[in-house]
Amino acid sequence: MTTETTGTRQTGVSDAPEPVAAPESPQGTSASWEHDHVLDLDDFTTEEILTVLDLTDRMQEVLERRIARVPALRGHTVVNLFYEPSTRTRASFELAGKVLGADVISLSVATSAVQKGESLIDTVRTLRAMGADSIVIRHASSGAPYLAARHTNASIVNAGDGAHAHPTQALLDLYTMRSHFGDLTGKRVAMIGDISHSRVARSDLWGLTALGADVVVCGPPTLLPIGLDASQRPEHAQQALPPVQIETDIDRAIEGAHVVMALRLQSERQQGGLLPSLHEYALHYQVTAERLARAQPDHLLMHPGPKNEGIEIARDVAAGQHSIIEQQVTNGVAVRMALLSLLALGADGTGAATGEGGAA
Amino acid sequence: MEHSAGDAVGTAPGPVLDAAGIRRTMQRLAHEIVERNGGVEHLVLVGVQRRGVTIAERLAGFIEEFEGASVPTGRLDVTLHRDDLASRGLRSSPQPSDLPDIEDQHLVLVDDVLFTGRTVRAALDSLNDFGRPHLVRLAVLIDRGHRELPIRADIVGKNIPTMRTDQVQVLLEEDDGRDAVVVIPGGDRS
Repeated sequence: MTTETTGTRQTGVSDAPEPVAAPESPQGTSASWEHDHVLDLDDFTTEEILTVLDLTDRMQEVLERRIARVPALRGHTVVNLFYEPSTRTRASFELAGKVLGADVISLSVATSAVQKGESLIDTVRTLRAMGADSIVIRHASSGAPYLAARHTNASIVNAGDGAHAHPTQALLDLYTMRSHFGDLTGKRVAMIGDISHSRVARSDLWGLTALGADVVVCGPPTLLPIGLDASQRPEHAQQALPPVQIETDIDRAIEGAHVVMALRLQSERQQGGLLPSLHEYALHYQVTAERLARAQPDHLLMHPGPKNEGIEIARDVAAGQHSIIEQQVTNGVAVRMALLSLLALGADGTGAATGEGGAA
Repeated sequence: MEHSAGDAVGTAPGPVLDAAGIRRTMQRLAHEIVERNGGVEHLVLVGVQRRGVTIAERLAGFIEEFEGASVPTGRLDVTLHRDDLASRGLRSSPQPSDLPDIEDQHLVLVDDVLFTGRTVRAALDSLNDFGRPHLVRLAVLIDRGHRELPIRADIVGKNIPTMRTDQVQVLLEEDDGRDAVVVIPGGDRS
């Protein structure tokens, strides 16, 4: 459950050796990357996040080519190990691996057939024994990818673990926002909905804070995590989440926002007694055109998908002019290409055996 | 002959080409490109990141001066096609590729230094993703030898004899604040 920092490479990664002249990316530049795994964004430095976003720009260009395929990961094997159903994340990782020339295998594991703990470890070890270089894991239990990372030297990518983290979604959200605003410093981002059970919200919070955005989270009190307010947290838990503004009134949350992100409401929450009814939830927390009028005139509307139109988001705004929900999906492939290649190759050649470094 | 690369260790060698030398060399390159092509028709100049791009743009500028016609230019990021990617890593690249339409064009690939030939091989592979040019020629400012692949340049600004371990640096106003080509004698590193 807790975040244990696995996967820090010991090699000193320094700036790219190209002399002078800074690239003209909006925020930051030099390549920095020290991860063996991608588990959450809480152990990413701002520079590392920017390294991923800059590399994503290059991957985006590859995707726009007439023939979108490069041999960068030829000979690498990427395995998707999904213990929970998924459409976009899984397809996105598959495409990302294939565009880079890797071999991609996707496994779906019915949750019921798998005993937690040992069998996850066994599965991961087996896949590694067969030559998997990267293993992308989605699991209903928070922390499962961390457990896997401790028992293999394959690179583990967290594609969503329970209600804990979804770092690749967060990075694609950051990338999407940055491509519209350039710099996220001081931008107000309102996340609306089921914050408690949202791994996307949690990872976004780390990433957005690292890039200097002001985050406000909003939802009914039953769907706001206990301890979200730092002042109510005990001393030892002060670092558990970055500081965030908390609102229960959606209008106040959206007021002046540059980005409004609606989060998926799972219908089980009603059965769990956290909500009186979906109708009542929609009445008070649905993101509607009327409510969005309080946001900045050039605001962006985002949703990590899959969305329940008519519940957390109104149908007309989901397809409206401010919606960049489809762009999020498109950018997901490029972000995952960037991550898979950084894990396999490193930012400066720490990935494999040494060879000649001469230019020509 | 100029400065042979084996000068005494530790002394900073003077530039192999100074600003005026670079200008004259590029002007000649521009003339040769047009001459080889029999005019500017279908001509496209594509620079390899990073300095090849700057050189391609300058060449296009000279061609426009001489011929009064503007030639489309593009830039190519070959990183993901390199065969030494595993040892070099991704590094930060200044900008993604950006090419004009190259289908059936007479494409001149431009780079600053031709060395092992691996960058050019990667560039040729990478071009396949964008289309099929009618022909591809290679123009480089400096050829320093030591090829590891069967690749040669069609148009060369200057041949410089070097030791394999030497470093050849092309500095350009736009990227580095001044124009010069310098050879830094290598020690034991390669």
